[in-house]
Amino acid sequence: MSNPFTLNGGTVLSMKGKNCVVILCDTRLGSQYETVSTSFPKIFKMNPRVFFGLAGLASDVITLHHKLRFHVNLFQLKQERSMPPHVFSKLVSTTLYEKRFGSFFAQPIIAGLHDDGSPFISSMDSIGATTEPEDFVVAGTGADYVTGACEKYWEKDMEPRQLLKVADKCLQAGVNRDAFSGWGGVAYLITPEGVEKFDLKMRQD
Amino acid sequence: MFKSFVLPGKEHPVKFDEEIAYTETSKDTPPVDGLVQPAPGRLHRLHGTTTLGFVFQHGVLIAVDSRSTMGQYISSQTVKKVIEITPRLLGTMAGGAADCDYWERRLARRVRLRELESKEEVTVAAASRMLANMLYYYKGMGLSVGTMVAGFDASGPHLYYVDNDGVRYHNDRFSVGSGSTYAYAILDQEYRYDLSVEEAVTLGRRAIYHATHRDAMSGGFINVYLMTEDGWQRYPTKDCYVEHYGEEEPFLE
Repeated sequence: MSNPFTLNGGTVLSMKGKNCVVILCDTRLGSQYETVSTSFPKIFKMNPRVFFGLAGLASDVITLHHKLRFHVNLFQLKQERSMPPHVFSKLVSTTLYEKRFGSFFAQPIIAGLHDDGSPFISSMDSIGATTEPEDFVVAGTGADYVTGACEKYWEKDMEPRQLLKVADKCLQAGVNRDAFSGWGGVAYLITPEGVEKFDLKMRQD
Repeated sequence: MFKSFVLPGKEHPVKFDEEIAYTETSKDTPPVDGLVQPAPGRLHRLHGTTTLGFVFQHGVLIAVDSRSTMGQYISSQTVKKVIEITPRLLGTMAGGAADCDYWERRLARRVRLRELESKEEVTVAAASRMLANMLYYYKGMGLSVGTMVAGFDASGPHLYYVDNDGVRYHNDRFSVGSGSTYAYAILDQEYRYDLSVEEAVTLGRRAIYHATHRDAMSGGFINVYLMTEDGWQRYPTKDCYVEHYGEEEPFLE
C-alpha cells in the first residue's frame, strides 16, 4: 500500500483573529490520483464553540471523529457543560497517544472560542504532539503550500470578515498547487455571536 | 554537429539514470527485483496528462490539458502540450516533458530537411514512422514519450499514436495520458465521423474537461487545434474553471 497519509488527500487550515477563529478544509476524497468524491468535508462540530479538522486517511478520519464524539457527548452528560477547546485538544492528544505504536493515519487541528471570547487553535501530529501557535495551523497533503501563503498574508487581530477572506485566499492558493486537495471547500467562522458556515467556490480540476 | 548522447560511465547507464531521476525524493518506493520503481523524482516532469485526437469529416481535432506535475506537486498549469511540427503536422505531449519536447523537435527538423531535399511534402505516415524509429532505437533506455501525430497530406487527414516502446498505431481516435480513460468515456460515447467543426471542438473540450475533473494529474487550461487541408489552426484556450462554472475565476483580492 502507498503512504496512508496521502492516499485520500485533503487539507485543513485554521486561523486566529480578534475574538474569532476560522477553520477551513477542502472536500476532495481521492484514491491516489483518482478523485472519487468531491463532497467529503473534514471539519466536524464537536460543540457550539469547538470545531475539529482532520486530514489524512479517510477511514481514520471517520473512526477518530466517532471516537471523539463519544467522549465529548459523555463529558456533556456527566458534567452538564460544554467541553472547552483546550480540554478537547488534550482529549485528542491522549486519544492519539493511546495508539503510539500503531497510530491513526491522520493529523488533527482544533479551533474554538473560550468562554471569554478569546480564540484557541492547536494542531498535532498523528501521535498527539501538540502545538498551540498564535497565528495559524495547517495539516494535510497541501500543508506545505498553504503554510507559505499563510506566512505572507496572516496579520494579528483581524476582524471576522477579513479573517475569512484571508484564510480562503491562503487555502485556495495552496490547494491549487496540490494535486491531492481541492475540488471544493467548507469554512466555519466562529465568533462570540455564533457560527457561520460557508461553501467555498473552488477550481474543479 | 550533434552526434549522439553521452552515457554515464557506469556498467548499467540506464539504471544510473533511473536512480538519480527517481530515488532522490522518493525513498519510500523500494526497488522490486533490483529495479528502481518509477516514482515522483526531481528530474521527470509532466507524468500526468490528458490528450486526445480524432479524425472526422473536416479533418483532425486535437485537444489537450495544460497541467504539469512532479509527484503530487503541481509544477505548472500553463504547459503547451501541442507541438507544431510543420504547418500541416502536429504532435501531442504525454509522459516526460523533456523527452516529448526534444524528440518531436528533432522530428520537425528531420521532416523539414527531407522536404527541402525532395521538394515534396512528407506524409503523416512517413513522419510518424520517423518518430517511431527514433524512439525504437532508444527502447529500454528510459525514455517516456506518449504522443499522437496528427496531420493532413495528399491522402487526407491522419492520426497516429506513437510511444517509447516504438509502437505506432493508425486509427480514427486516440487518447493518451493518465486521464485518457476518462476522456475515452466521453469520446467513445459521442464521436461520429460526420461531426460539424463546432460539435467537434465542443466534444474535444468536454472530454478533456471531464478527465481533468477526475484525474488529479490533469487540469489547468484546455487547448484545441483543428487540422484541415489548409493546415492547423488554434482555437481559443479555455480555463477549466470557465468550462465548469461558465464564468472567469475571480481574483481573490
